[in-house]
Amino acid sequence: MRRLLLAAPFAVLAAPAHAATGEAVNPWVALAYLVSGVFFILALRGLSSPATSRTGNRFGMIGMLIAVATTLIVHRPTQTAGCDDVSGPADLSFCYETAIDWASSLEILIAIAIGAVIGITIARRIAMTAMPELVAAFHSLVGLAAVLVGWAAYLNPGAFGLLVDGGIGAVSKVEMGLGIAIGAITFSGSVIAFAKLSGRMSGSPILLPARHVINLGTLAAIIVLTALFAMAGPTETMPLIVALTVLAFLIGFLLIIPIGGADMPVVVSMLNSYSGWAAAAMGFTLGNTAMIITGALVGSSGAILSYIMCRAMNRSFISVIAGGFGADDSGAGGGEAKEQRPYKQGSAADAAFMLEQAEKVIIIPGYGMAVAQAQHALREMADLLEEKGVEVKYAIHPVAGRMPGHMNVLLAEASVPYENVFELEDINSEFAQADVAFIIGANDVVNPAAKTDKSSPIYGMPVFDVDKAKQVFFIKRSMGGVGYAGVDNDVFYMDQTMMLLSDAKKMVEEIVKALD
Amino acid sequence: MDFISILSIFVLACFVGYYVVWSVTPALHTPLMAVTNAISSVIIVGALIAAAAASVPAAKWLGLLGIVLASVNIFGGFAVTARMLAMYKKKEKK
Repeated sequence: MRRLLLAAPFAVLAAPAHAATGEAVNPWVALAYLVSGVFFILALRGLSSPATSRTGNRFGMIGMLIAVATTLIVHRPTQTAGCDDVSGPADLSFCYETAIDWASSLEILIAIAIGAVIGITIARRIAMTAMPELVAAFHSLVGLAAVLVGWAAYLNPGAFGLLVDGGIGAVSKVEMGLGIAIGAITFSGSVIAFAKLSGRMSGSPILLPARHVINLGTLAAIIVLTALFAMAGPTETMPLIVALTVLAFLIGFLLIIPIGGADMPVVVSMLNSYSGWAAAAMGFTLGNTAMIITGALVGSSGAILSYIMCRAMNRSFISVIAGGFGADDSGAGGGEAKEQRPYKQGSAADAAFMLEQAEKVIIIPGYGMAVAQAQHALREMADLLEEKGVEVKYAIHPVAGRMPGHMNVLLAEASVPYENVFELEDINSEFAQADVAFIIGANDVVNPAAKTDKSSPIYGMPVFDVDKAKQVFFIKRSMGGVGYAGVDNDVFYMDQTMMLLSDAKKMVEEIVKALD
Repeated sequence: MDFISILSIFVLACFVGYYVVWSVTPALHTPLMAVTNAISSVIIVGALIAAAAASVPAAKWLGLLGIVLASVNIFGGFAVTARMLAMYKKKEKK
């Protein structure tokens, strides 16, 4: 060993790093993973403002490079010939004196290259409006990778330094079981979320009878199986881990199918969190600091985002997870009798005329804007108005769109300066001074029933005070559809409201023409 | 490393995560999700270890597949985050 330490340029990293077995840990390796973890913290820290975010993203890349390079050097594939240091048949990674196995190294590099090509192609081509389903798809990959790593560690514990007296230690088995279970839930849950977000599956909740009993039972079974797996002898573990994996995949599906489209921002955040906990569990198994730090960061990030989303809908996390929201077509509270209430309908020319006269316009975008891809036309409209001396601001509700920050990305894509984009609590007091509230593709987030109607399913949700604006324009496809919560909106029928019934993009383009 | 040291790192990292994530501006929540996605693929470390050990072929192939999946996420996640962040602009000075 000492010979090699002096010989190779990367030799400081070459000593075995079998952390979990309590063998001598090479301090340089541990340090490299720690540095990588610190870079990941800096990556998230950079996102505190758009100005520092790009540097942050680069820190993230550096952290990943350090982690991957360290692993490639320490755990490079070796040939077994001439190995005199084998402590078990499945323990060949101890043989550092042997030559590098170039064929295996090539396979690894090819695997990375395939992933890189696919990843970069998708990242370049994806439309910004499709970001929620892309994130869901990416989550599923992390989950599946966690399952694969967990299984690989189970099948070849020697390579991971997990062998204790010829078997895997009980603690390692618990960590492994948890990692596989969380990874599998992340995978199958994300696949359903992806299918719902991309329209491959109906967004409405699918409610199985007795689903709470089934879900809790499955969850309990997973916990029992993990315990049995940890206590079982080396020969009897296989059926347990197979059952554990299958049940975990199953509960991922079961957990997400009853959750409706409107709750997807919470689901996507929650799965984000799970993917982090899966990485952390694997980090425990491998005794790897980079994985543990990252897992904790990502886990808390997703949990905080879920909390922010729930708070913005005034719903508890439990009620979201229990599912079924928006399943009722009859609509809560108001009763069946849907009398036709009078509303005013306007044209693009009317809207353009009044927008020109305004001093201050606040635009409230929602998911409808994303569907219609109206963000570029909207920006054009805002530019024309600003040229005419109108002050234009954008107001974003935390749950607008299908994932946290969805609207902000779309506006950024349309080159809306981020200083003009405001959060709910920062702008809500300004509606009293606004001449026009311009609602495009949003509905529930401006519904005053959230403030007044205790029987409404969205009661208590913080909403924009558009009723305080002198004039309200409401772009909507038709009077028929109501928001995801399935409730009527009093804003349609207010005196100062003008309904602009059309496709959002078409309507805004017509307003732009009329303004010119 | 013993279990308690690992647990200490984990618990402290959770607190770091808590404070760092609360300081992220809501306008960047979508890039936050994309980049957390990319960094949680550090799980590739486990896949690399599995793929490098040829002694158990099944584990090796699982490892290689894991490398592909995690690489999609790493490259895709960082690239799409960079693409999004490049769009956030300040007001042009006229």
